[in-house]
Amino acid sequence: MPETHTPTEMMTIAAARALKSSDVCFVGIGMPSAACNLARLTHAPDITLIYESGTLATKPSILPLSIGDGELCDTALTTVSVPEMFRYWLQGGRITVGFLGGAQIDRFANLNTTVVGSYDKPKTRLPGGGGAPEIATSCGEIFITMTHSRRGFVDKIDFVTSLGHGEGGDHRARLGVTTKGPTRLITDLCVFEPDRVSKEMTVVSIHPGVTREQIDTNTGWKVRYADQIADTPAPTAPELDALRAIHARTKRAHGDQA
Amino acid sequence: MAQFMSLAAAVEANIRDGDTLAMEGFTHLIPHAAGHEVIRQRRRRLTLIRMTPDLIYDQLIGMGCADKAVFSWCGNPGVGSLHRMRDAIENGWPGPLAYEEHSHSAMANAYEAGAAGLPCAVFRGYIGVDLPKVNPNIKSIVCPYTGETLATVPAIRPDVAVIHALRADRAGNVLLEGIVGVQKQAVLAAKRSIVTVEEIVDDFGARNLNAVILPAWTVTAVVCVPGGAHPSYAQGYYKRDNAYYKKWDAISRDRDGFLAWMKTNVLDKGPEAFAAERRRLAAV
Repeated sequence: MPETHTPTEMMTIAAARALKSSDVCFVGIGMPSAACNLARLTHAPDITLIYESGTLATKPSILPLSIGDGELCDTALTTVSVPEMFRYWLQGGRITVGFLGGAQIDRFANLNTTVVGSYDKPKTRLPGGGGAPEIATSCGEIFITMTHSRRGFVDKIDFVTSLGHGEGGDHRARLGVTTKGPTRLITDLCVFEPDRVSKEMTVVSIHPGVTREQIDTNTGWKVRYADQIADTPAPTAPELDALRAIHARTKRAHGDQA
Repeated sequence: MAQFMSLAAAVEANIRDGDTLAMEGFTHLIPHAAGHEVIRQRRRRLTLIRMTPDLIYDQLIGMGCADKAVFSWCGNPGVGSLHRMRDAIENGWPGPLAYEEHSHSAMANAYEAGAAGLPCAVFRGYIGVDLPKVNPNIKSIVCPYTGETLATVPAIRPDVAVIHALRADRAGNVLLEGIVGVQKQAVLAAKRSIVTVEEIVDDFGARNLNAVILPAWTVTAVVCVPGGAHPSYAQGYYKRDNAYYKKWDAISRDRDGFLAWMKTNVLDKGPEAFAAERRRLAAV
């Protein structure tokens, strides 16, 4: 048995496993960046990573703190302007997977990163959408990673920053969207995939040591479980070693800054 | 035609109270020194346009220079919130801040439309989301060829664009390399522009034939401010000061602490302070 792992490590590794060498991936900062680079350094060496600052096919050896650190540009195949990034590469349909997260998510994987409370008199003003509204509809499919909590997994989100499956069913298609939307939601407890018909996010795999009660307690809606639920394989020693090595390199490179 | 000026003179001559001002730079090359000069000259009622307001607008907003912000992502990258901007939005301190919020796609397209002399940008976006419900400047248009409904936003045409670039030559031509963001579009979309640079050279020398160059006749003022992008970075000159971005979280959380910090580090200083930061970071 490999050594013990943290729930966040399990989440990052489960997200990394979802990526393939053939993917062209639009990467966000934080957990998505860790997962994408872990995939590149383990089972998906040829994956193409794109950051919205304009860096195409970047291969950072450390995790950037921001979306546009010099490390991304230094190791990229090429760097394009931001309008070109959003027009040709994202809107042009060149990206197979987009990674998103959020402050709030609902059962159809619509995301809120804009505001808690009302828009005009916000209780908490969040950073806003950034690239997410168009990433959510222009990438071939969307993976979402979020730490499971009742505060974040809510029955109704306060603001729709980016479209998941809308009201469910064929809502995306009715809006004229041809991409798949959220196909996987990876948390620190389990993995959800959308139901084939209703598109409600449904638990398909539970991480080692996690119970259904834990998932139910941390979700603000009545969780649906697939008929066949898999056990998420525990992180392997090579996966854990690679992930910890990335974080150690990042910490060293940023000195006392990381 | 570009004029070489001091930073104080360039801001004095080109940025007026009530202007719409776009200070761009996508993580890389953020014109912080120019932002500090705007604060020192106590400009008021500015409309601040920027995709990612970042620390530069957190400082301007906290010092009361703006009454409106146009943006698409208002965070401290990799760290968290912009506390001064949030305080203005949530509590109206130091004054109320109106805002117009977009997505990155919309703003990138709107800058490009501005540079292209078009009245609006057209793109595929804002589908199934709430921003169009709260921002009346987001509308739709039907493609006359295919019938597809597309999003449209007004072109960004700022009174003034301010950017930081790597080098200018003696004629005032400006060179940008690395992550170039929307700076070229912002300058070409604006009525006036100020470009701060790391250095002024006799000749750009060997360079990529497709390098991003803003010809001297597209720029109003060129100012040499070594380190002028700190705490962001200048490719080949100095790295991003990630520690500063992290420290800003604590500095900006508290109103009095923020004001005290701004007095010591901005109001009582000048652009030469940036050169010291560049020397320090280049040595790291």
